Amino acid sequence: MALVLTEEQSLLRDSARGLISDKAPVSHLRGLRDTKDPTGFSKELWHSFAEMGFAGLLVPEEFGGSGLGFMEAGIVMEEIGRTLMPSPFLATSVVAASALNRGGNAAQKAEYLPKISSGSLLATLAIDEGAKHRPLQTNLQAVRAGNGFKLSGAKALVVDGHVADLFIVAARTAGSTGEREGLTLFLVNPKAKGVAIERTIMVDAHNAARIELANVEVNADSVLGEVDQGAALLEGVLDIGRGAVAAEMVGLSDEVFNRTVEYLKNRKQFGKLIGEFQALQHRAAELYVDIEITRAATMKALQALDVDIAKAASVVAVAKARAGTTATRAVQEGVQMHGGMGMTDQFDIGFFMKRARVCEELFGDANYHTEQLARARGY
Amino acid sequence: MTDSKTSESETADLEQFRNETRAWLEANCPPEMRKPATSDADVFWGGRNAKFSSEPQRIWFERMRDKGWTVPDWPREYGGGGLSAAELKVLRSEMVRMGARPPLSSFGIWMLGPALLKYGNEAQKKEHLPKIAAGLIRWCQGYSEPNAGSDLASLQTRAESDGDDFVITGSKIWTSYANYADWIFCLVRTDSAAKKHDGISFILFDMTSKGVTTKPILLISGYSPFCETFFDGVRVPKSHVVGTVNRGWDVAKYLLQHERAMISGMGERGVGRPLGQIAADSVGADALGRLDDSMLRGRIASFDVDEAALAACAERAVDLAKAGQAHPAFSSAMKYYGTELNKRRYEILMSAGGVDALEWESERSRQGARPRAWLRTKANSIEGGTSEVMLGIVAKRILDLPGA
Ligand SMILES: Cc1cc2nc3c(=O)[nH]c(=O)nc-3n(C[C@H](O)[C@H](O)[C@H](O)COP(=O)(O)OP(=O)(O)OC[C@H]3O[C@@H](n4cnc5c(N)ncnc54)[C@H](O)[C@@H]3O)c2cc1C
Repeated sequence: MALVLTEEQSLLRDSARGLISDKAPVSHLRGLRDTKDPTGFSKELWHSFAEMGFAGLLVPEEFGGSGLGFMEAGIVMEEIGRTLMPSPFLATSVVAASALNRGGNAAQKAEYLPKISSGSLLATLAIDEGAKHRPLQTNLQAVRAGNGFKLSGAKALVVDGHVADLFIVAARTAGSTGEREGLTLFLVNPKAKGVAIERTIMVDAHNAARIELANVEVNADSVLGEVDQGAALLEGVLDIGRGAVAAEMVGLSDEVFNRTVEYLKNRKQFGKLIGEFQALQHRAAELYVDIEITRAATMKALQALDVDIAKAASVVAVAKARAGTTATRAVQEGVQMHGGMGMTDQFDIGFFMKRARVCEELFGDANYHTEQLARARGY
Repeated sequence: MTDSKTSESETADLEQFRNETRAWLEANCPPEMRKPATSDADVFWGGRNAKFSSEPQRIWFERMRDKGWTVPDWPREYGGGGLSAAELKVLRSEMVRMGARPPLSSFGIWMLGPALLKYGNEAQKKEHLPKIAAGLIRWCQGYSEPNAGSDLASLQTRAESDGDDFVITGSKIWTSYANYADWIFCLVRTDSAAKKHDGISFILFDMTSKGVTTKPILLISGYSPFCETFFDGVRVPKSHVVGTVNRGWDVAKYLLQHERAMISGMGERGVGRPLGQIAADSVGADALGRLDDSMLRGRIASFDVDEAALAACAERAVDLAKAGQAHPAFSSAMKYYGTELNKRRYEILMSAGGVDALEWESERSRQGARPRAWLRTKANSIEGGTSEVMLGIVAKRILDLPGA
């Protein structure tokens, strides 16, 4: 497979870009933030998204979706990264849809996937418990009770947690913290008794929540995949999320970079355009190279996910690690080269810096993924 | 887009090509040629005075040559293998997979060949390309001069018109392997009144011509891979000019793109033992089985991330070129990153090797192969245009930033 977009993929990119840049430029996020919007995203826009087939992009056609691949999901994520549009796309359409599609039984798929495609159901993965992403550290307890389970524990950084209609919760049914065996995924209704949700207003003004489960009762039908054997399913789904976030970071980095280069071509100091200074030219050029390399690594990861998720882990780790480092560099250089302007809230650059920081933590930062690669290579 | 039927049959054809190629390589590449070369003597450069360092080296070269696979994508009529871009990619990946060495290293292949294919006339192509493909003539590159390095277009070597000949006078520096080369591709000034870039011609001549002398320069690696080269009234037929007289800068630039792409790939990406394993041999492991030097382990891991990402980008660069979407200056971006990364690789190798990597003259160290290679990599970000010059090209040509 070539690492260039096919004609169909270019068309998809153009239509996503058209809709997103038109309806949700950075000012859209700014508006949601400034009005403390209770939903944190535009429902109307989400419906347009669904109508264009984006909400069910990864959902098989038999469940009303478009049955496209991760490369296509990455294309949409990249466009989202360009304007920082807050949207249920990542949590619902990419991560949760993949979890249900890969791990769900016939009844679960039939119930949830069509609703995801139509944009009427929002779902999200609840995984991290500590400050850093450590899936195997899952400690939320699921104890057998009657024909079901009782769940107790807490989760942080649950994307869209305060608006979701369905949580996919990683819990421990056996084993102890750090072990791969004994993890199970559960479908939990946020309205169930014992669920407490706190919307966390975060630095990037996107949606996230902390949730607490206190003896929440779920029946046996709520298990997604196999009891005790959830790690493999979870890892695959996380890799999909990582590939998607890497694509968002490529879009974000590219956009900040383009804005910065434009600024270098317009801002004058010492009677020259600042873009004439070689010190800045070389830094801009290095950043360009960094972004292009990261873009290729991310395309490679999305392709690998499309070919075989079970074998994609290392390629995804490379992409997420690169994307984290590159996005960090892009936003830092972006702010720096804009001088004082870059520090103002009125100017958009800061929004990119904040979102990059959140994307970096989401599903594991560059250190985490670099470490994963070292382990996979056995040193 | 081709419709899905043809692309399906193309995929099937390519799969068949892959299987055949793999089988052929398995049957024909001697085991000794399936590990990276560790010294210059291990590399076959061809030429009139070429000697094979071993029987497997000879066998491997001759088999590949007979298949046209010293230059797999050149047209068959010029000694090439006539492969498509997609087939070339398959061949390369199969060679990397088994660790097969390039059968022939040659400036003719990497630099002059592509320039001749684009700018040469038919007689020049027929004369030179098959000899390059067959490793009969070894070429060197006469670009740099003592006062024209990064500012290459300020070169002063003169070519004066005299009937059907040019008479060339001047000197070059840093001419790699000039003392082993049979022919030189050379930039000369044919019009000193014209603007800097407009009076240069690209010309070919035999290094045994009267008036050519070379003098090796000793490098920090202890080797003398390159020379000062002097031309004292060297007579060269005008028919040896490639492209148009005074328009040699176009040829020179085109050739540099290929040179840069080649240098960016010099880090033997994906070939040989992984750094983590090399380090484990000398550093050892801790109780958890990890390299017993956590900082070094971290450096290796982030190197591995960047190397894998760069490999993806190199692959993409080829795909973009094939799709007609490549920026002509992209090779500068790759050259910059690839060479900086290769220097990083060798810093890590030295660090991983510790005391053992410091030995300079001993059998055990194969005459200091590692430290010499480490020192050699320092030139990667200088030769073929420095990193600073590459960044300048990216800034001006790709990002369109204003000139200083
Ligand atoms: C191993 C090796 C093999 C070589 N082989 C060949 C060969 O076969 N044939 C051949 O013709 N040449 C060859 N070269 C020469 C090579 O191309 C030149 O060394 C190179 O182009 C740099 O020129 P210079 O050495 O004159 O350095 P200079 O141009 O003097 O540069 C010195 C420093 O100044 C910096 N600098 C210069 N201009 C700028 C600028 N505009 N902006 C910012 N920084 C700048 C450079 O980046 C560098 O750091 C080889 C060099 C090496 C090291």
